Amino acid sequence: MPVFWIVLIVLALSAAGFVLGRGRVMAQAQGDSRKLHSRPVYYGWSVALYTALPAFLVLLIWLFVQPVIIQRSVSKYIPDEAIAEGQTRGIVMGEASKIASTLSVAVGQDVLTRPEALTLTMDDTERLDRLKAAQLPVLTKPDVLRAAQQYLRATHIGSLWLGIVTLALSGAGLVFALLRIRPDFRARNVVERVMRGLLIGCSTIAIATTAGIVLSLVFESISFFRLYPWQDFFFGTEWTPSFGGGSKLGMLPLLWGTLYISVIALLFAVPVGLFAAIYMSEYASPRVRSVVKPAIEILAGIPTIVYGLFALVTVGPLIRDWLAQPMGLGNSGSSVMTAGLVMGVMLIPFVSSLSDDIINAVPQSLRDGSLGLGSTHSETIRQVVLPAALPGIVGAVLLAASRAIGETMIVVLGAGAMAQISGNPFEAMTTITVKIVGQLTGDNDFASPETLVAFALGLTLFVLTLGLNIFALYIVRKYREQYE
Amino acid sequence: MTDATDMTPMSAPAARHTSGSLLTASARTKRRNAAETRFKAYGIAAIAIAVLALMFLLYSIVRDGASAFQQTYVSLPVTISAEVVDPKGNRDPAEMAKVISMSYGKVLDDSLKAWIAAENIQIPDLSEADIKSFFSNEAQARLREMVLADPSIIGETLDMTALTSSRVDGMFKGRVTEASAALDAKTSVAQYQLAQAMKDKGALVTKFNTAFITKPDASDNRAEAAGIGVAILGSFYMMLIVLVLALPIGVAASIYLEEFAPKNRFTDVIEVNIANLAAVPSIVFGILGLAAFINFVGLPRSTPIVGGLVLTLMTLPTIIISTRAALKSVPPSIRDAALGVGASKMQTVFHHVLPLAMPGILTGTIIGLAQALGETAPLLLIGMVAFVTTYPSAPPEGFFDPASALPVQVYNWTQRADPAFFERASGAIIVLLVFLLCMNLLAIFLRRKFERRW
Repeated sequence: MPVFWIVLIVLALSAAGFVLGRGRVMAQAQGDSRKLHSRPVYYGWSVALYTALPAFLVLLIWLFVQPVIIQRSVSKYIPDEAIAEGQTRGIVMGEASKIASTLSVAVGQDVLTRPEALTLTMDDTERLDRLKAAQLPVLTKPDVLRAAQQYLRATHIGSLWLGIVTLALSGAGLVFALLRIRPDFRARNVVERVMRGLLIGCSTIAIATTAGIVLSLVFESISFFRLYPWQDFFFGTEWTPSFGGGSKLGMLPLLWGTLYISVIALLFAVPVGLFAAIYMSEYASPRVRSVVKPAIEILAGIPTIVYGLFALVTVGPLIRDWLAQPMGLGNSGSSVMTAGLVMGVMLIPFVSSLSDDIINAVPQSLRDGSLGLGSTHSETIRQVVLPAALPGIVGAVLLAASRAIGETMIVVLGAGAMAQISGNPFEAMTTITVKIVGQLTGDNDFASPETLVAFALGLTLFVLTLGLNIFALYIVRKYREQYE
Repeated sequence: MTDATDMTPMSAPAARHTSGSLLTASARTKRRNAAETRFKAYGIAAIAIAVLALMFLLYSIVRDGASAFQQTYVSLPVTISAEVVDPKGNRDPAEMAKVISMSYGKVLDDSLKAWIAAENIQIPDLSEADIKSFFSNEAQARLREMVLADPSIIGETLDMTALTSSRVDGMFKGRVTEASAALDAKTSVAQYQLAQAMKDKGALVTKFNTAFITKPDASDNRAEAAGIGVAILGSFYMMLIVLVLALPIGVAASIYLEEFAPKNRFTDVIEVNIANLAAVPSIVFGILGLAAFINFVGLPRSTPIVGGLVLTLMTLPTIIISTRAALKSVPPSIRDAALGVGASKMQTVFHHVLPLAMPGILTGTIIGLAQALGETAPLLLIGMVAFVTTYPSAPPEGFFDPASALPVQVYNWTQRADPAFFERASGAIIVLLVFLLCMNLLAIFLRRKFERRW
């Protein structure tokens, strides 16, 4: 039974439950709603919720679990020989599920009957021709076809049971809730308790996410450190992974690249962002502000892949041709300077909007006092407003730094992949995030240190940014309390 | 701090300042005024740098990408010779299906040679290879499909438009010049001259490239056929999942935290968690997706469902933060009034506070979705970089089919050799930015239309 229909039937049942529940309680109260504990709709809602909620919960879990179980069981039907060179089991499984869906479409269009589809073989030209005539050609290996048929069979059985279980659950909920209804039944309290439970459940997802992040990073990192000594990882100065074995996985070159690029980005973004914020909050007329502020914020809305491409195609060659080569400092298109500058542009709105808020939060009386004593506008800003806003600005810069350290696409496209410790900003260097992407894209072997090292790098990155964030939020929050 | 030292003499006897006229500024006043002007200039310069950087960024993307929406086609009479496409001559579809696409290239090559002879174009050193590499491999495949679908056209001469190779296409977009053609192994000066001659005679046409928007990705050596159809569909599926999951969950979580939660350890932990999740690097969410959804749960790689779930977790903090701000901006008098006439807490929130906060919530959700649409790094880790040329089927099954995503497609193309892919990458970014622009305009519209000041 298609999920769509199950959902529709459960919804219909629950709507019917609503009407029945409401009608039943009104009949018991002889049509006088003043005799009821709650308003009549709540009796309806209580039945509707009992009808729909358990059924949908089971449906949701089932939908996530069923493909997993089917994948595992069908996967057994594909022998290793059926997986061609350069393919993975996943690709073959994808092919099998494609064929399964072709076959089910064919059954839906009456090109084949169900038993015919399930007994189809690759030498059955008559049925294959019929499929081809219906623009549903099936061209594959016998093993994959058999897996596809198994897939079809399992999906059919699964969805059959899914329908039976959810509808039975929904019906049972309906009957149970209906029988409970009496005029003194506290329906509103029941409904509100269920709602409250749902709200609490939703708000714990944030905790679950953090727990998921920490657990997945920690567990995989532990299995990495079982294979590779932690001293060599944290203090090694050489990064030469080779899947043949004997790789050196020292983190220091990556950390150096990360910090070098972040420092360049901040050296660019902090003055520009800060001065832009000062100008906008202290000097600009409301009209100028209403144009410039959104324009700068557009920079924040641009996806990082766009900055990455900008670094790769435009800024990289520009820096190479106009700065690096004339000065004889290298001829690499991707460099620390490229990534740092482009990342700096990305961080401008980040620094400026945070600083803007903080500068605006400095009480006007401080400015008035300073101006009244005869200092100029800039003297007021430099000697009164900025010192008052300093902790907040430091917080903003730290947040920007954490952003810079965790940034991925700009460095993947702009900084290069050479793991080295060098002082020359026109050379290609690499960062933690680049190497996480590098080690985890493509086919992975989750038993080799070369893959698992990505999780240790991820853990390092997570701890680094988390520390910066907590510190920054602490400073910002502490500062805000001063004037409120 | 020169100014600080300048200001200290203020308390000293003002003898120095009384000399001279009030109308002419003293040296110190001039210096202070100059410092003021300088300081203001720094501010203007900072804003100018930011705005110029934005303009340069957008300009360079449009400059590189606009040409992706145009494509060069050959428009020629093509004679479908029976010897090539049906060597046995029995018009048996099964026999004909054995003829590979490469052979159809000969049909196109012969037609081009015939056209050159008919138009009497003389190009010295025009080699066989130049003619062979004039057409896209995709054009051969299309011709083959045409013939197999309708064998009756064999032997006839049809007016056809066929895709040119990416180098020939580049000659009309400034990517390939006569000088660069001489250095390029994949094209030649003769081919360049032939293309120019064909353009003059009207045999090369440039059309709007609808295939770029609707077709799937293509392999390394046929950049001219690559499109973003699958990527757009994949991104759309993921946005659907994010919207369906993140909006209700985010709103429910914010309502609990803002309206119901008691101040205790548990809610404190949730609050700190949300604030930190908002600042966790996006790539960490990718690691979570890989470890939890793919390795642990066993969901298939490269699929919109995994991407959608990862992006949902990433977007949730954004939506929760903006929803809480929206709920907070509803004045307490509304709540007091509702509670005063006997509404329960739940009724107050759902009947009065939530409807009033809705515009703010929707604005925040759209901005969160826009952020998710442009996110690349986590999707790289869950295998969305795979080379996918088939469209995912309709939802809900389609959520479990391999697909690409717009920003990942851009990344994918930057890793290829043919420079034509860079043009496509910039073109795909233009499409992405247009989507983002529309979403943000919708958010601004909603805010303007429904925003209420209390």
